[in-house]
Amino acid sequence: MVKKLGVYICSGCGIGDSLDTEKLAKVATRESKIPLCKVHPFLCGAEGAGIIRKDLADGAVNTVVIAACSPRVKTDVFVTGQEACPTLLERVNIREHVAWSHTAKDEDTGMLAADYLRMGIAKARKCEPLEPVSETISKKLLVVGGGITGVTAALAAAEAGYEAVLVEKQPQLGGFVATLKKRFPAAAPYAEPTADGFPEQVQAATYHSKIQVFTSARILKTAGQPGMFDVTIETPAATTEVRVGAIVMATGWKPYDASKLPHLGYGVSPDVITNVDFERMASAGNIARPSDGKPAASVLFVQCAGSRDKDHLPYCSSVCCLATLKHATYIREQNPEALVYIVYKDMRTPGLHERFYRAAQDHPLNFLTKGEVTSVGSAPDGKLAVTVGQTLIGESIELRVDLVVLATGMVPVSADGILNLTYRQGPDLPVLKHGFPDSHFVCFPYETRRTGIYAAGAVRAPMDSVRAGEDGLGAAMKAIQSVELAARGQAVHPRAGDTSFPSFFMQRCTQCKRCTEECPFGALDEDEKGTPKPNPYRCRRCGICLGACPERIVSFKNYSVDMVASMIKAIEVPEEDEEKPRVLVFMCENDAYPALDVAGFQRLRYDPGVRVIPLRCLGSLNIVWIADALSRGIDGVMLIGCKFGDDYQCHFIRGSELADRRMENVKETLQRLQLESERLELTQLAINEYGKLPELINGFMERIRKMGPNPYKGL
Amino acid sequence: MTAGKPILVLGGGIAGMTAAIEAAEAGCEVVLIEKAPYLGGRVARTHLYFPKLCPPACGLEVNFKRLRNSSRIKILTQAELVELSGSAGDYAATVKIAPRYVTSACTMCGACADLCPAQRPDEFNYGLSKTKAAYLPFAMAFPDTYVIDRPSCKEACTACADACKYGAVDLSQTERRETLQVAAVVAATGWAPYDAARIDGLGYGRFKNVITNAIMERLAAPNGPTGGKIVRPSDGKAPREVVFVQCAGSRDENHLPYCSTVCCAASLKQAAYVRAQHPDSKVAIFYIDVRTSGRLEDFYASVAADPNIGLIKGKVAKVEEDAATGDLVVRAEDVLHGKQIALHADLVVLATGIVPQTQGLPAGFTVDDYGFVGNGKAGLYPAGCARRPEEVSASVEDATGAALRAFQCVVRSAHHG
Repeated sequence: MVKKLGVYICSGCGIGDSLDTEKLAKVATRESKIPLCKVHPFLCGAEGAGIIRKDLADGAVNTVVIAACSPRVKTDVFVTGQEACPTLLERVNIREHVAWSHTAKDEDTGMLAADYLRMGIAKARKCEPLEPVSETISKKLLVVGGGITGVTAALAAAEAGYEAVLVEKQPQLGGFVATLKKRFPAAAPYAEPTADGFPEQVQAATYHSKIQVFTSARILKTAGQPGMFDVTIETPAATTEVRVGAIVMATGWKPYDASKLPHLGYGVSPDVITNVDFERMASAGNIARPSDGKPAASVLFVQCAGSRDKDHLPYCSSVCCLATLKHATYIREQNPEALVYIVYKDMRTPGLHERFYRAAQDHPLNFLTKGEVTSVGSAPDGKLAVTVGQTLIGESIELRVDLVVLATGMVPVSADGILNLTYRQGPDLPVLKHGFPDSHFVCFPYETRRTGIYAAGAVRAPMDSVRAGEDGLGAAMKAIQSVELAARGQAVHPRAGDTSFPSFFMQRCTQCKRCTEECPFGALDEDEKGTPKPNPYRCRRCGICLGACPERIVSFKNYSVDMVASMIKAIEVPEEDEEKPRVLVFMCENDAYPALDVAGFQRLRYDPGVRVIPLRCLGSLNIVWIADALSRGIDGVMLIGCKFGDDYQCHFIRGSELADRRMENVKETLQRLQLESERLELTQLAINEYGKLPELINGFMERIRKMGPNPYKGL
Repeated sequence: MTAGKPILVLGGGIAGMTAAIEAAEAGCEVVLIEKAPYLGGRVARTHLYFPKLCPPACGLEVNFKRLRNSSRIKILTQAELVELSGSAGDYAATVKIAPRYVTSACTMCGACADLCPAQRPDEFNYGLSKTKAAYLPFAMAFPDTYVIDRPSCKEACTACADACKYGAVDLSQTERRETLQVAAVVAATGWAPYDAARIDGLGYGRFKNVITNAIMERLAAPNGPTGGKIVRPSDGKAPREVVFVQCAGSRDENHLPYCSTVCCAASLKQAAYVRAQHPDSKVAIFYIDVRTSGRLEDFYASVAADPNIGLIKGKVAKVEEDAATGDLVVRAEDVLHGKQIALHADLVVLATGIVPQTQGLPAGFTVDDYGFVGNGKAGLYPAGCARRPEEVSASVEDATGAALRAFQCVVRSAHHG
C-alpha cells in the first residue's frame, strides 16, 4: 500500500493554550514533508471528525496521525478497524502527556510535543494494514471429565447450539456427585440437604444429539491450537481422533490420602473412616461401625483432617464443614438418639448456609467445639478414644465414640496425563498453586495460560457441587467465546479482538529457543533443531517473543522492533551544551500508560525531558531499543511495568519479570561500554499509583542530570 | 453464531460488566444498563483486592477497553428497568434513563467543574468528601464523560454550559424512556453495605471513629477522600490501635441472618493496609469463625503471621467512646480464654455485610426471604451479589455462566423466532 499520510492536530482542551500548534504543524509539513496537516480546535467534534472522514473518502489520505488526546479516549470517534476507517490510525497523546502535565508555552513543552508527533509519524510510516487471517475453525468443544462440572458444561454448550465431545474415565457419567446421598441445601431457606436433579442432567447429556460421549476413556494426545485441536481419545473399544475448537478441563478432585493421617487414627482402627467413606456408607443405607457392623451410636467428626496444615494440604477445601453438617443429618435420620461430635478449627459455612449450621448447633445431641484432635486410639471397651485439645473450655478432653470420621479435603486431578498436550512447554495445563490450574487473576477467573483451554470445577479451585456446576457454565462460555473469536481471527483476553498475528523471519533464526521458552502461553513449539513452530491461534499478541528474540525476527504488522526503533530515531536529542537531558520511558500500555494519563488528567507536573513509548507488555521490550537509544545520545532509559513476583499483576503473566531479567544482561553491556548502569531503571508500578509517577520520573531525571550527559551524545 | 435479539444486563458492576462483555465477545448483542453515571460499581470503590492486594482499576481498565472495542454493547448509564413483559427469547423491556446533562461530545477537559459554583456530597466516597455539581465520578471513570447533578445546582445557574467550549453541556435534557426487545435478562444489580447504624451498641453513627469496612476502602484508596491516608475521622490522626469487628450485623437473626462470605478476608486485607501504612500500629480482629475458604487460607496465614495483628475469637458486645478524645473501648468476650475483655482502640472498623440490591426487580424474578434473586422465569438469570454473597472472582464466574444461559435464549430465539 502506498501510504498517504495526513496529520490532524487538535488545539482544544487547552492544547492550543499550551502549545504553538501552527509551529507543531510544521513538524509534519516541513520536517516530515507531509503535505496534509490540519489544525482544528475541536477535532473530536462532528466537524473535526468530518474533516478526517472526508479526506479519507476523497482518497487524499489513507494513513491518519491524530495529535490530540490519549488513545484511550474518544475511541468511538477516532475509529480504527475495518468498516469505519479502512486504514491506519496513529494517535499522538499531546493532551494528557503534554499540555496537561507540562508548563504552557514553555520551550521544553513544545519540544516534547514535537518529538511525540515525530514519533507518531515514524510509527505510522512503519505500520502496515492487518491482513485478515482465516482458517477453518472447528466450533466443537471437548469437555474432559463427566462429573457435574463437565456434564453441565457439555449440556450448556449443546443447548447453545455447539457440539460437544464429553470424555469420562469411568464407565459412566456422573462423577462424585452421582454417588451422593444428598447435596447441600441449595435454595432458600437453605435448611435441609436436597436430593436434586443431577441424574436427569446426566441422562440428558448421555442422549443429547449434540453431545458425543466417550466413557472408560482417556486422552492419548492433544495436538494443535484453538479452533484446530486434534484430540486422540482411547476407549477399550477404539481409538478415535476428533477435531475440536476449545477445551473445558473438568477433571475434578480426589480425596486426600488418609493413610497419611495415622495420627488421626486412620489405619489404626477400621472404625476411623473418611468423609467420602461415610457418604458411601450412608448412600448404601446403613451407618455402622466397619469393625463389627454395630450401629454407630456416637460419631466424632474431625474437621480439617489433613487440611489447613502445612504438612498436608495447606489450603481449605471449602466444602468439608458443610459435608460434615450434612453427614450429621444422615446420622440423625437413622438414629435420633445418636451423639455427634464435631471438632473444628473454624466452622466455614459461608454464604447462605448459616441456618443449616445454626440448626446443627442447636440440636441438643450435637456437640460442636473448636479444638484440635491430638490422638485417636482404640479403647479397651472396643470404642475409639479421642483426645481433643485446645477446646473452648480451655482444656484437653477425652471422648469415647463408636466411629471417627475424618473430614479430608480435595486434591485436584490436574496432572499426570490428562490432556497430554503436545506442547513444547509440557503436557499439562500449568498449575498456579497447590496443584490447581486456577487463574491468578481476581477479575478474570477463567484466565488461562493455554489459550482455548479452560479449567472448571473442583480441579480449578476447591468448591461445592453447586458452584462446580456453575463453573462448568462459565468455562463453557469462555470456550464458546474462544472458538467464535478464533473464527474471526481475533485474539482472546486480554487483547480480545486484536487481529494482528506475529510473523517470523525464519531465515535469520539461530534456534536460540528464547521465544519458545519465554512465551507465557506455550504458543510456540519447536522442531528437532529448535526452530520455533508458531501456532498463531494460541497467540495472545503480547509480543513477548518479539522482545525475547536477539535476532529481531519476530514482528507484527502494527508492532515491530523496527517500528519502535524508528520512533526512538525520531526523537531529537539536543546537543550536550543545551543541557536538556532526554530520557526514554517504555511503559506497559495496560497499566503504567493509563496511570500517566490519570496523572495528566489531574494536572500533575513532571519533567518534560521524558519521551514515553507504550508497549503491549513490558515483556515485549527488545533490548536493542535500549542500545539504539543510548547510542543516539539519549541519557537514560526507564522501564515502567506491572508488579511481578508471587502476586504479579502482569496481564501476560511474566512480561515485566522477563523484562527485568533482560535488564541484567543489558546492564553488563552498559558497563562494557563504560556507561553507568544507573542510566537504566526498571520500576514496578500499579495502575492506581499514578500519584507516584511525577516523583518517579523527576527523581530519575535528577539522577541523570547528576550523572551528566551520555558521552555518546552527538557521536 | 446467528445474530439474534440482544441480552439485557441490569447492573454495570463487575458482574454485569462481565456478563455483558463475555456475551458480546462470543457474538451476542448486549444492552448494559446501570443506574449510576459510571460503570464499575462497588469494585470501583475498592482500594485493593484480596488476596493479591492488587488494584481493581487494573482489571477495570482491561474491561473498559473491551467495552470500548466492542461494537456489540450498548451502554446506558443512569438507567433503570421499569417494566418487563414477554417470555424467554422475546421480552420487551422499558428502560428509564435520567438526564446526564452532558453529551458524548464531552472531552473531559474539566472546564465545567472548574467554573461550577455548587457542591454535592460525593456518594463515591460515601459522602466523606464533596465534588462540584458538575463532576467526573472518579479519575478513571467510564463512560469518560462528566455529569451534572442538577438537584445540587444553584438556581438558574448555567455556569457549566457557559464554560463548555464544545457544546457538550445540555441542561435541557429530560428523562427519557426506551423500550428494548431482548431475548433474556441478566440481573446483576449488586449489593450495598448493611446499614451499620442499625446495630445497637457498636456506636456507628454516634462515634466518629467507628467506621465500616466500606469506608475503610475509601480511606485507603489514593483517589479517596483522604488521598489514601488511613486516619481517624474525628481528628485526622493516624490510628495506632485498630480493632475490627467481624460479623457486624451478620450471622445474626436480628440483622442479616446469613454470612456475607467476604468480610473475613476483607478485614485481613484491611488489617494489612493499616499495618503497611502505620508500621507502629497494632490491629485486633474479633471473629466468630475466620472464613477464608480455598486458596485464601494462604492469605490468612500470611496476614496472621504479623505479630502485630491479633485474632481473637469472640463477639463484640459493645463499643464505648471517650467523648473528650474520641478514643474507643471495645468490650468483647474472648471465647478461647473464657473471659470478658476491654480493648482500647483509636479506630474501630465494623465488618458489615452484603445486602442484595434487588428491590424493584420486575415480576418474573424470584426474590428469596433474604432478598437474593433466585432462578426465575426462563430467560431471566441472576448473577453476582444480587444472587448470593460472594467475592469478586466468584461473581465473575457466576456472571460468565449467566451470560451463557442468556446466550442460549438468544440462539433459541434466533432459530425459532
